Order: sequence, then structure tokens, then C-alpha cells
Amino acid sequence: MTLSTIETQTGDAVAVSASAHIDPFGDSPARHAWRRFAQNRAALVSCVILGLIILACFVGPWLLPYGFDDTDWLSISLPPSLANMHWFGTDELGRDLLVRTLIGGRISLEVGLLGTTLTVAIGVAWGATAGYAGGKIDAAMMRIVDMMYAIPYMLIAILMMTLFGRAFYLVVLTISLFSWIDMARVVRGQTLTLKKREFIDAARATGVPAARIVMQHIVPNLLGVVIIYTTVTVPGIILTESVLSFLGLGVQEPMTSWGVLIADGTSKMEVRPWLLAFPGLFLIATLYCTNYIGDALRDAFDPKVQ
Amino acid sequence: MSGTTMNPTSPLIEVEHLAVRFTTPNGGVVEAVRDVSFTLHKGKTLGIVGESGSGKSQTALAMMGLLPPNGAVSGVARYDGRDLLGMKHAELNRIRGDRVAMIFQDPMTALNPFLTIERQMTEVLQLHRKISRKQAFEQAVAMCEAVRIADARRRIKMYPHEFSGGMLQRVMIAMALLCEPDVLIADEPTTALDVTVQAQIIELLRDLQSDLGTAIILITHDMGVVASLCDDVMVMYGGRTMEYGTAEQIFSQPTHPYTIGLLDALPHLDDDGDVPLRAIAGNPPSAGGAVHGCAFAPRCAMAEEQCASVRPELLAFTDTDGGQRQRACHLPIAELRPGVRVGGAV
Amino acid sequence: MFAYTLRRLLFAVPTILAVVTICYVMVHMTPGGPFDLERKLPPAVLANLQAKYHLNESPLQQYFYYLGRLLHGDLGASFKYSDWTVNELVAKALPVSLAVGGLSVPISMVIGIAMGSVAAVRRNSAIDYLVSALGNIGNAVPSFVLGPVLILVFALVLQDRHGIGLLPAGGWGDWRFRVLPIALLTIINVATISRVMRGSLLEVLSSSFIRTARAKGLPERTVIMRHAMRPALMPVLSLFTSIALSSITAAIVTETVFALPGLGQLIVNGAINRDYTLVLGLVVLVTAIAVLFNLIVDLLYAVVDPRIRY
Repeated sequence: MTLSTIETQTGDAVAVSASAHIDPFGDSPARHAWRRFAQNRAALVSCVILGLIILACFVGPWLLPYGFDDTDWLSISLPPSLANMHWFGTDELGRDLLVRTLIGGRISLEVGLLGTTLTVAIGVAWGATAGYAGGKIDAAMMRIVDMMYAIPYMLIAILMMTLFGRAFYLVVLTISLFSWIDMARVVRGQTLTLKKREFIDAARATGVPAARIVMQHIVPNLLGVVIIYTTVTVPGIILTESVLSFLGLGVQEPMTSWGVLIADGTSKMEVRPWLLAFPGLFLIATLYCTNYIGDALRDAFDPKVQ
Repeated sequence: MSGTTMNPTSPLIEVEHLAVRFTTPNGGVVEAVRDVSFTLHKGKTLGIVGESGSGKSQTALAMMGLLPPNGAVSGVARYDGRDLLGMKHAELNRIRGDRVAMIFQDPMTALNPFLTIERQMTEVLQLHRKISRKQAFEQAVAMCEAVRIADARRRIKMYPHEFSGGMLQRVMIAMALLCEPDVLIADEPTTALDVTVQAQIIELLRDLQSDLGTAIILITHDMGVVASLCDDVMVMYGGRTMEYGTAEQIFSQPTHPYTIGLLDALPHLDDDGDVPLRAIAGNPPSAGGAVHGCAFAPRCAMAEEQCASVRPELLAFTDTDGGQRQRACHLPIAELRPGVRVGGAV
Repeated sequence: MFAYTLRRLLFAVPTILAVVTICYVMVHMTPGGPFDLERKLPPAVLANLQAKYHLNESPLQQYFYYLGRLLHGDLGASFKYSDWTVNELVAKALPVSLAVGGLSVPISMVIGIAMGSVAAVRRNSAIDYLVSALGNIGNAVPSFVLGPVLILVFALVLQDRHGIGLLPAGGWGDWRFRVLPIALLTIINVATISRVMRGSLLEVLSSSFIRTARAKGLPERTVIMRHAMRPALMPVLSLFTSIALSSITAAIVTETVFALPGLGQLIVNGAINRDYTLVLGLVVLVTAIAVLFNLIVDLLYAVVDPRIRY
């Protein structure tokens, strides 16, 4: 936060300066940032762990003998054991917790991925357009963003889930509905900074149409900022989905997600703590890793240190 | 130590072999100031000249105990016989703002945007003089009028962002002089201001000095400013003193290639329009890199072989007029390019 | 200052109106919703609905009737609990939410600001590491995991001879029922607040005007309290709004975890029961409060920072 940029309403967020010029000695900002990122041990470890989690969630269920929906009345409420492949134990319907955790992870991660994609798409489009257009269009677009900032999104999400049902794509849509505004603000700030650079003037002077300028010149230079905020968005979206599911307003049966599993586990945690522990650990690990990676990326792209 | 202006009274400020080093986050060490010594007598003005990175600001900050936490200072800096560098915090605070005051380069950021000018001024008086808020207010208004701020009584209640740069610098000067300190350290007071305002500030400093008898250490990179105001001059480069003497000596007979370059670089009114500006080629050394030999050697047009490997000591000598000065250069004075033009005189 | 207030007010009103309108439209347009006249309803109920909600008239007219009722403070009636109006349900649930959520916000602010300040002034001390660690936990451990863990520890593990936990696991009653929910909310908020305060104060302490203050000989205590705190509090103040907003979510989760009969529970149950009008009324209410709160914080901002008023 810099004291000279107090702008609460029209949101001149702190802009990351991505240099557009290519250093003839090949030390491009991207390579520079990558080197800095690679020096952060916590981030590298997080990448590995996150990679393992993703791998486990998407490939694991194929390798396991149990389906996430298979009820086995002979094996109800078993604690975790190595004996019968119920490594995480089972729930009160005899369903294997390991598989359910992994399948739940699939859903949570998919929501995270799709939601983030949508968020980035809308946020970048909105922010770049507002920033580049300037003037009244910019003011109007950012007014809308400011208004949305004041609205408690969880309530709207709950209302929408109430009205429109809980199909998977609706969950994604609802969550993305509010997460794009942060991205839009930051992208607009960066666009404003870029707009003042000479190469934009050059493009304009040679008659390149505005849309093409935005697409070809501005958007590629937004990469740094977008990457940083994407890594902040992903855990947020996964968390939002988990909260909705925990409240019973997220994905519907028979689908499950970490939030649902945790809600389940909470009600039974006194006697069967593993039902809470394993999905909880997976969720916490995912959030921790994405946070560390996000921090490292932010440091790597930090203009103050360049 | 300088004996330049032959003042019999003991010096107000004595700095001996001051060095400042910073530790960087990845464990490296940056030597911003390597070895600096000077004295300041009552009522006199010392100009410390150099490019950015020469260490001149860090010298002043070190004296005042204002270095950031990763800075370490060695050497001696005495005010009135007491070493400022070893002092306990409480004792140093009694001197800072009261006997030795400092003003900074950018007045727009050097004042607290959340407090009125009045508050920032009265707190100095209330702290050091133990007077009431009302009395402090009157004295502050008087000082603002002394630095030629119009309508001072009303304006003093405003916030810094409501003033222009030039006016803020006047406020800073007023604030520094409230307790009538013996020494005023001015760190590039005109650099951030418009040229026209610069002249006003310099004139203001001169007038105030003659009214209050304050000794001034003026840190700047602008030789023109030095010429207007300073009695003695110390030229710094790469954290060391290159040349040290009275203003008259330095300007009429510079004895160091760097000083010659600085003076040469000043544009002159009677230059032809198509005479190119004589900049000193090259860039100043990045602070703290290991330096072999003379720091200025890479950019010196007259450098010899030994300059790159052997560091010239700062030595005292007597110049042709019988005055005492110091220089750090291997080249004999006679071999330096003669006939430096200063203000049209050859 | 007055003009600024007026301008911000003129901004808040359309926001609330927009939210109200959009939510209203959503509720009324949904097939299968309470106002879908395609459904087969007993004629008495139909007549009742028509009379009460002016369903015979144009949609726009109905909308204005709705706005009129809102301005009178009438949030509508519950769809499922047909004997209750939303206002009555709110009246019962609001005190619970205020007792927990309302109390935790000031507590977290005070603790968070204090911790963050100490951490900034005493670098690398125990408090400094505590603040960083807490920040990490608060960021990555969701409230609905931390809450059950607290229950596990304080209500289920730490039990006395009779098998009664140190603190209740849930429900509502005397002060003991408030401790864990308030603790949960406080931990989560303090994590963010202390980190932001620490970072902000550190940055302020390295700024130019702090150097000037020290150069004037002011004792460090005065430098921090008089010169550094106000600029440092600015980001924390803007955090206030986002904390208040996220407290709504946190409150909903907390009330669910601890089974507190507050507004959060009301909304969630209303959603699960598909009680559209109840949820609509609650959403409108809380949004209006949130927007107004936002406005108050913005005005506070202007009071504290002299550069903003114009």
C-alpha cells in the first residue's frame, strides 16, 4: 500500500509494472520471475504437494477397488487401517472414505478451475476495456464494480442456489459471479499504466484499431498481474464452494465435495474423527499450497525488487 | 583540522573517519561511505558535493542517527565535543531538533500528511522548550512569517497537501529553525523544486543564516548552489573525500579531476549555442562494490596506471595562495589541465 | 465534508435499489416460485395471494407495491412458516447474531491492531512470529474446519468427571454458549487484521516523514503514536469493510457449526426449505445494512485522512 494512492472508490489498485521491452541479453521479465520463483523453497514444495493432490484426485479413483458410491453394509464405520484397502476408513454407510475424498477433491478442484477460468475471462475483459476506454465508459464500468463490492456475495449466492437449484454448472456460475471484480480492478489499474507507455501511442499513431491494440498489445502485458491474481482467486473459489457445500447448498447428491464431506464429518467427529480429519486435511493442504505458490509468484513479479 | 578559514574557536562539528555500511537481505555488505572527515565552525557553511551514490546524504543521516536498521556507522561525529554516534537515544533526542536540525530533500513526502503544519511545528517547541501550546503557536507563526509565508497565522492550520513544494520547503526550514539550532543540515534542499524556487530558498537560507548565526551543512550535487552559499567545500566520490578546501580555493583552483569535471559541466551563459555540454563520461560506481585504487579512475581522463590499483590518500597541502587544503589524487597539480573557466574568468 | 457525505449517500442508494430489484426479479421470475400462477392452488389461497400481493395488476405495479412495503420496513412474510412475517423472525434471530458477530468484530479489531503493532515495532520477536503463523492458519484453515476443531478440544476432549465439556458444543443459553463462537470469529479476523497492521506499520515506519519526526528529537513512543499510527491504520480501516462483509459469511458458518439460532441459521434453513420470500427479505435486509456500513466506513476514512475531503 502506498500512501499516495488513496482512492477508495475508483479503485486505482497498486499496479504491477511489467516491462514490455525485451532485453537483448535474454533476461526477459518472465525468465527473471521464474528464477526468483524457483528460489522459494516453500513454493516449490507446495507445487509438488499440490501436484500430488491433483494427481491423486483425478487418477487415484481409477486405481482403487471401491467406487465412491459403493455402500458396503459389512464394513460400516471402520476406522482407517491398512488391512482392507480402506486406508481412510469408511462412513456409516460403508462407503470408502479415501475414494470419496479423492472424488470430492475432483469436484472441488474442477469448480476451482472452471470458476477461475470464468473469473479471469470476465475480469480481464472488463478491466482491460474499462482501463483502455477511459472517460465515461471507464467511470460507469468501475461504478458497477464498486457497487458489487458492497454487496455480500454469499447471500446472493445462497439466494441463487435457493431459486435455481444446485446443478454443478450453476454452482460454478454463482461463485464466479462476484470473484471477477477483484481481477477487473487490478487489470484496469495495470491497463491504465500500460496505456501511458510509448508503444501504445506508437500503435495508435499508425492507426491500429482500438480493439486490436487491446488484444495484441495490452492483454499480453497483463500476464504478470493476471497470474498473480489467479493464484489468489483459486483458493478463494475452492473455499467458497466448500462453504456452500458445508451449509448444504453446494453440489447435490450423489456428487460430493470436500465441503460436503467435512459437514458430514463434523456431525460425527466425536466418535469418528477420521471422517472430518481426512477431507479437512486435503482441503487445508490445497489451500496452504495455493497460498504459498501465490505468495511466491507475487514476490517473483514484484516490481519493487526488480 | 581543515584550518581553511583560520577560525580560532573550537569547531562545532568534528567528523573523523566516518564510515557507513549497509547489510543487504541476502547477506551482502554495501559500503555507502568509506572514509569521510570534516569540521564545521560556528556560523559557517560547509558544502558537501557529489553525485548520487557518492555517500553524501548517508554521511548526514549517520551523524543524526537516522540510518535504517540495516545500517551501521563507524568513526566519530562530535557536536560540541560530544560524540553523537555513541550517544544514548535519550541524549541524542535532546540534541536533534534543538541544537542540530535537519531538513530533507523532498518536502512533499517529508512532512506528515495527517497532521497540520501547526501540530508538526508546535510539537518541536513543546518538546524542547517545555512551553504551552499557545506560546508554541505564536512562535511557530512568527517563524513562518520569517520564512516569508504569507498569511501565516491562517495557513499554519492547514495540511501539507494544501501547500506547494516551495512553500513546504520553507515550512521545513521554519520547523528546523524553531529552536535556533547551532547547526542546520540541509540535505539537497532545492533538488526537488523548480529552478526559480531554488534561488528563493537559497536566498532564504542565506538571510536566515545571517540573522541567526546558524552553521549550515549543505548537501547538494549542484555546484551553482555551492557557489552561492558555501564557505568551505568538500567534494565526495565513491564514499570518500576527493577534495576539501574553501569555496574560493575550490572554484578558482580545483585540484582534482573530478572537481574540474563538475565545474566544466556547468553550462555558461556566454557559451555558443552549439557548444556541446561537457558531461563527465561514464556512471558513478554502484555503492558498495569493491573498489581498487581510485574510485574515480575509470572515468578520469587523466588517469595513470597506478590510479587503478593504488588508492590515493587524502593529503593536506598548501596552495599557491598559502591556504591549507586537502586532495586525494596521484597526479601532481601542475599536470592537471590548466585554465579552468569559472563564471567567465580564465 | 457535507458534500462528500451527500455524494456517497447518492451512491449507496442506487446500490441497494439495484440489489433489491435484481433479487426481487429473480424471485418472481422463477418458475415454481411462490408467485407462479401456473401452479394449482386452492382458490382460497389464490385469492389471498392476489389480494395481498396485488397479483392482478401489472408486474411493474407489483414491484412498486413491494418497494412501498420495504420503505415501511415490511420485509414480507415467510413462505413456509405462514404465520410468521420475516420481521418477526428477524426480531428473534437478530439479538443472537449481534451478541456473537457484533461483539467479535470490535474484539478482533482491538486485538488485531495491538498484535500487529507490537509485531511491527519488535521485529523478529515471539509476537512477530505468532502474527505470521496466525496469518497463515487463518488464511488456509477454513472456519468450518477450525470451528469443529475448537468444539472437539473444548467441549469433547476437555471434559470434567461427569462427561460435561468445558464449554458447550452448541446451542444457545448463557454466556458460556458465546465463548467458542466468538473465539472462532475472533481468531479468523485477528489473523488478517494483525498481518495487515504489521505490514502497514512497517511500511509507514520507513517513510520519509517518520524520519523527519525522529530528526526533530521526538521520542520513539511519540513518533509511533502521534505520527505513525494514523497513516498505518488506513489499510486496516479499509479492511474493516471487507471484514464486516466476510463476517456475514463467517457468521453463517459459525451459526451452522454451533447451532446458534441467529440470522445465519435463518437464511440457511430458509434456503434449504426453499422459503423464497424469507430468503429474499433477509438478503435485502443484510445487503442494505452492508451497503450502509460501507458508507459509514468511507466517511470514517474521510474523517481520519485529511487529504480525502473535498
